Amino acid sequence: MTKVVDRKPLTFYERTYLPTLLEGLKVTARHFMRSVKGGNAALQLGDGYYPEVPWQVAEGYRGAPYLVRDQDGNTKCVSCQLCEFVCPPKAIRITPPGADGVPADRPNAEKMPREFEINMLRCIFCGLCQEVCPEEAIFLQKHYSLTGLTREEMIYDKERLLQLGGVHAGIQKWKHKLEEAREQDTFPVKTD
Amino acid sequence: MSNAAPNAPAPTAPPPVEKIRIKVDGREIEVPKTMPDWQGRPQPTTMLQACHLAGNEVPHYCYHEKLPVAGNCRMCLVEFGTPMMDPATRKPVLEADGSPRIARSVLPYEPQTPRGAIACATPISPGMELYPSSPATRQMREAVLESLLVNHPLDCPICDQAGECKLQEYSVEHGSGTSRFVEAKVHKPKAVDLGPRIVLDDERCILCTRCVRFTKDIAGDDALGIVNRGSYNTIATFPGRPFDNNYTLNTVDLCPVGALTSKDFRFKMRVWFLKETRSVCTSCATGCNITIGSREDTIHRYEPRGNDAVNGPWMCDQGRLNYRWIGRSDRLRDVLANGAKTTWKAAVDAVAARLAAAPSGSVAIVASARQTTEELHLIKKLADRLGAPTDSVPREGEADRLLVNADRNPNTNGARLTGISFTEAGIRLPGIADGIRAGTIRSLVVFGEDVTQHGIGADLLARLELLVASDILPNATTAAAHYVLPGCAHAEKRGTFVNAKGRVQRFLKAVEPKGDARPEAEFLRELLAGTGAGEVPATAEGLFNAMAREVPAFAGLEWAALGDAGVNVPV
Repeated sequence: MTKVVDRKPLTFYERTYLPTLLEGLKVTARHFMRSVKGGNAALQLGDGYYPEVPWQVAEGYRGAPYLVRDQDGNTKCVSCQLCEFVCPPKAIRITPPGADGVPADRPNAEKMPREFEINMLRCIFCGLCQEVCPEEAIFLQKHYSLTGLTREEMIYDKERLLQLGGVHAGIQKWKHKLEEAREQDTFPVKTD
Repeated sequence: MSNAAPNAPAPTAPPPVEKIRIKVDGREIEVPKTMPDWQGRPQPTTMLQACHLAGNEVPHYCYHEKLPVAGNCRMCLVEFGTPMMDPATRKPVLEADGSPRIARSVLPYEPQTPRGAIACATPISPGMELYPSSPATRQMREAVLESLLVNHPLDCPICDQAGECKLQEYSVEHGSGTSRFVEAKVHKPKAVDLGPRIVLDDERCILCTRCVRFTKDIAGDDALGIVNRGSYNTIATFPGRPFDNNYTLNTVDLCPVGALTSKDFRFKMRVWFLKETRSVCTSCATGCNITIGSREDTIHRYEPRGNDAVNGPWMCDQGRLNYRWIGRSDRLRDVLANGAKTTWKAAVDAVAARLAAAPSGSVAIVASARQTTEELHLIKKLADRLGAPTDSVPREGEADRLLVNADRNPNTNGARLTGISFTEAGIRLPGIADGIRAGTIRSLVVFGEDVTQHGIGADLLARLELLVASDILPNATTAAAHYVLPGCAHAEKRGTFVNAKGRVQRFLKAVEPKGDARPEAEFLRELLAGTGAGEVPATAEGLFNAMAREVPAFAGLEWAALGDAGVNVPV
């Protein structure tokens, strides 16, 4: 059943427009005065408003994913490309080293990405890259406000990701494997 | 990977073989008493083949249907039982219900422990029962796999084999999530340079000796062997001798783990990104069936695709590595008219008008036996319309005893059967050169060849009123051409080749053409319409089927009926 609602014509008072505007300005002025007197709600509760005061993110927050180095300053990523494979919005693009690529910056894990790019415009901060990584080389960190003036600027390359990512101390399995292998070089045929 | 299923019946109709009845997992089936071995000779059917026929794949590493059986990996252990025989009467012992009593295989000294047999090397016998899914079989597999993994490194993130690794696959099926091994793993040499195309990682090797058997028995180059003892076993070449025959990369396909890896493919792309396209190798007239692995319009590797009528599961290294030219940066990308970039419509219309206006006999066409049969057929139609002599260019090399053919063109028989070249390719080329010299031939159309290398030099090309060159890569002919029409590599289009033995094989498109390049058949179709030679179908299927109706050699063939393995025609 349809119910027809009568649209009442505006009164003269309403049509003059200005009173309503003044009504709004009154609210603005009230808040302005309150701020001037130091009655800022954000300041009362915390340190102030974003962006002057960055938002404090909680532990476990999923911000932008960055590459990390190990405690010896080596690139942890071995270019296995599992994150590239799992990434739902296809934000990650890895260029493997190839047969003639630069050798890795660490002794025993022979492989390291030639280029590692994350398109932060595509990234949805889902954390699957961190979850799938067998090397603990990529972590979602606390940055949430990424800005740039061009699209190209928002594609973060390996250098930038490593610099932003910092150090994440881990078990260093490749290093230990190398040490174990070196120990065995003198065993079982000990020459001296 | 040539992870082909165990011996399929031979393609030619085999003589009827005696059948025997056995039971697999309690289900009774009839299997042939003999089946072809790696050389195709009939041998008693093995437990592994019988299980395959029953639809139960037995995991294996060292067994390969085209290699001699070694039986050293022990992964294919299967529990079985045989009908009991009364020693006194030599009669089968029967159960109460009249069925034969089965004696399960057990250890002789502890009858409560089941004993498996390696399925790859144990022949079946009448009445035998196989239990490939029994708890005992599963336990044997788990134990074997655990032993194989004892010294295997956790290299999967950096291993090129990851994703197509049998050790990974069987670990998922039969492995344990954690390791019980607390001692230090034995570390062996990594990244050993075995030869010009092969890298060996000894740690990853599970010593199945597939590579050793392949090089010795198939490639005929007894180059590999196993040295040292026990846990220190390693694959090695003879000292001072590189592993460099023309078939070394097949060992990379054969290697069930990531021990032998290709230098060419090393660290290049993870295999799960590769799109696999069925294609045919273009490096010689053998026409080995291949799988092109590509990602986003970049070809990363060729791999052999099993076809017992052509190449078996193998291919040569030379053919396998001959793919980089497809992605070369100097590929012809633009349609050129007198050196200036133009559009396809303008160029094709202009060429068609010039050719249509040319008097009969004043045009010659040089085609290439690297083109598809359909394209060659269209070129022949164009030549018939223009009254033009045609030929293709011969390309000879050295043959070997396995796969490499002396004819290095993939489609010489296609050129012959479509009528582009005479029984012997290239014998009409001197006539065309003479015609240009004498001034009777004033227009030349060249497809995919540099005629300056084949008797029609730059001086002769300069005399032509019209030189149209369609090619993939720039050369002296395209540099001299009035019109350059960029064409496609075989990986960028669909079509067929006819190999040296007359097998018509189709190949599919893996990557997009570069720049403005288009498949030759597309603009040949427009040229045919523009010169008044009539309409032809626009698709590869339609073209092939139309050609099969017109060319007697292909009578009765259809694109769809070619299948993945191809069809033989008389040549």
